[in-house]
Amino acid sequence: MEKKLNKNNIKEFLIENGLIIVMFILIAIIIIKEPKFVNYKNAINILNQASTKLIMALGVGGLIVLAGTDLSAGRALGMTAAVSTAMLQSADYAQRYFPEMAEMPIIVGFLAAIAVGGLIGLFNGIGVAKLKLHAFIATLGTQLILYGLLQAFINASPWGAQPLGGFKDSYIKLVLGSVKIGKFELPYLIIYAAIASAVMWVIWNKTTLGKNMFAIGGNKEAAAVSGINVDKNIIIIFVISGIMYGIAGFLEGPRIGNATITTGTNYDLDAIAACVIGGVSFSGGVGTITGIILGSILLQVINYGLLFIGVQTYWQIVIKGALIILAVALDTRKYLQKK
Amino acid sequence: MSEEKILLEMRNITKMFPGVVALDNVNFKLEKGTVHSLMGENGAGKSTLMKVLFGIYHEDEGEIYIEGQKNNFDNPKQAMENGVSMVHQELNQVMKTDVADNMLLGRYPKKGLFVDQAKMYKYCEDVFEDLGIDINPREITENLSVAQRQLVEIAKAVSYDAKILVLDEPTSSLTDQEVEILFNIIDKLRDRGVGIIYISHKMDEILRISDEVTIMRDGQWIATEPAKDLTTDRIIALMVGRTVDNVYPPKTNKPGEVIMEVSNLTGMYEPTIKNASFELRQGEILGVAGLVGSRRTELIETIFGIRTKESGQIKLNGKVIENKNSVDAIENGFALVTEERRSTGIFPMETIQFNSIIANTESYKKGLLLDDKSMIRDTEEVIKSMNVRTPSRKTQIRSLSGGNQQKVILGRWLLTSPEVLLLDEPTRGIDVGAKYEIYQLIIDLANQGKSIIVVSSEMPELFGICDRILVMSDGHVAGIDDVENLDQEKVMTLATKYL
Repeated sequence: MEKKLNKNNIKEFLIENGLIIVMFILIAIIIIKEPKFVNYKNAINILNQASTKLIMALGVGGLIVLAGTDLSAGRALGMTAAVSTAMLQSADYAQRYFPEMAEMPIIVGFLAAIAVGGLIGLFNGIGVAKLKLHAFIATLGTQLILYGLLQAFINASPWGAQPLGGFKDSYIKLVLGSVKIGKFELPYLIIYAAIASAVMWVIWNKTTLGKNMFAIGGNKEAAAVSGINVDKNIIIIFVISGIMYGIAGFLEGPRIGNATITTGTNYDLDAIAACVIGGVSFSGGVGTITGIILGSILLQVINYGLLFIGVQTYWQIVIKGALIILAVALDTRKYLQKK
Repeated sequence: MSEEKILLEMRNITKMFPGVVALDNVNFKLEKGTVHSLMGENGAGKSTLMKVLFGIYHEDEGEIYIEGQKNNFDNPKQAMENGVSMVHQELNQVMKTDVADNMLLGRYPKKGLFVDQAKMYKYCEDVFEDLGIDINPREITENLSVAQRQLVEIAKAVSYDAKILVLDEPTSSLTDQEVEILFNIIDKLRDRGVGIIYISHKMDEILRISDEVTIMRDGQWIATEPAKDLTTDRIIALMVGRTVDNVYPPKTNKPGEVIMEVSNLTGMYEPTIKNASFELRQGEILGVAGLVGSRRTELIETIFGIRTKESGQIKLNGKVIENKNSVDAIENGFALVTEERRSTGIFPMETIQFNSIIANTESYKKGLLLDDKSMIRDTEEVIKSMNVRTPSRKTQIRSLSGGNQQKVILGRWLLTSPEVLLLDEPTRGIDVGAKYEIYQLIIDLANQGKSIIVVSSEMPELFGICDRILVMSDGHVAGIDDVENLDQEKVMTLATKYL
């Protein structure tokens, strides 16, 4: 009997922590192949690269907790990146999107990105809450609409279709700058991601909205009976997600150097993957901000690490896909009735 | 008991789950051509024992003999092929396909590569005729009533040439006439020598239909006795392990002035109540009785505003109020404990605390955020005042028993300080001991001046705790009177008034 229990315990432990174990094995392989991988610079690089994706994932996470998803997040990021970068080009750049416009303060571009993001969220939210569409369908439609609009927007440039570049120095500094703490340099991007995480943590854990979100995701009928305005809360969560995409979009242009029609492509899938790996359950009502942070970082560690030891990009994609399947399979097992 | 008459013997069955012994050395014998009832509170181990028999769970210790042959099934399919069939409490049917499809699911007759449709219908017609069931095998399953679906499941189980048939709470959603049809079929099967294991909470049914009754408690075998030697009191005593003097607590509440007047309330969408009018007093417990389909639930859901009202009005404390949705209703001092605890009551993955405070979050706001201290204080209060048995306020509610979950939900609503509590089947699926506690809570609340409407399908319960009973019939209020002036027969007469 004792032996049996022991064996069960080990199995339980492996299921509970399987993903983390696999992740650590992968990281161990990376380190064994290239011990130089472990250093401060790489760590900062990884966090830096994970930061905009994390901000997106924080938005998508709430929608998954609602038992939904968001396929339009990547395009929303592309759209908001285009809008904010078009407004924040430097005055002496030859091919400005708005040639006649005076140089705008950064806050205007930022607010524009948030407003556009929020509107996209509102649109999705109304589709899901009022038109009763499944989030998958609503955001699939939105994704296409946004892709078309983004191409139209870029095409409308007086200089023809071309990447938006030539950003204001202050804008670039705001995104790519860093603060020196003694010997260490901490990029602003990491700080922004940390602030976004903290704010979202408070919303999820300390506000009525957060409680309502978990209630709706966990049991929509019971939430409605408990006096929760289900439609309104769903819409607000979507708007907040849109705002997160707006923030990520605002940061993305300077981070990669320009904004094009492909900016943000497939980012939604990365964000969903990060959430899922971090334990946000697709059946709704379950998830934590710490999980999403961990998921985002782990995904980036593996991306970066595999590149570091010279694994081809296509193999990286294969590994990422396998990880997602593993993550969800293990996650599902946790909630299955034990027999 | 002669050896060849014994159809099934389960010997010394022990089954452990992490942290609990679900079955502890249980013995069970079933004879040919008898109905053997299995009774016990929720969690006593009845269903686990049956799942072990059926190969869904695997016993840790013990043996199962079928007609003297040692037989431990690996899975339900094997069990069925060996003449053991089970009709589960929750029907697992494919709703969008026809009856014949469901009957032959997993064993379609073939004609070459294809399914032999004609043979399927013929087969079903034969089985149905044999059992005296009047259902068209071509009907789409979702168009059937729950009772008809239940009969299809039973027919399916029988059609496996079942020697042993397990019925798990088959009558929980049947009307009296439907129960008669079911009992006729059971009698027929018994005469053919089938051994039937019957799980139910309904004492009168058990005493009527059974040959033998086995009682379990806390995973242990307690007693097996001939049904003719048993009484309801004796069964309850065996089930809870002590004598229960009173099934209902003493009624101490005193109804006061009229607090709510409902007049000519009619809903917008079918199924709806029609011109329902009644009054509710302060500190009163008003029961709502009626047959299945009499719109009892619709009555309280329309009051609570989650069903759209077409006409009529509700006055509370002399003021006309409009409950357009649950938010309005809560603001106006109403609370609703729904019938389906699992689907519309609990948030299973969340903690006791979350489940306690979720209808009342507005009152914990401190600025933009929620105040942890007051949420913890209120949760502790719910656990204490409702006597919720839980390791901690952080325990997931799904790990509690049905009775304790229900107490948390009652507590949730009390935190919103309601004047009128609407309780829909508040003791459904709850075991005897916990039922008493819920009754006591309801009476205590009435004592504190809350007005309570209780919808229930169990008439003794209504007579046990209510001051007055309102009888619904096909959406109409067929009558309303003091409990002292009513009896079960009078209620039944009223219940059929508009049929």
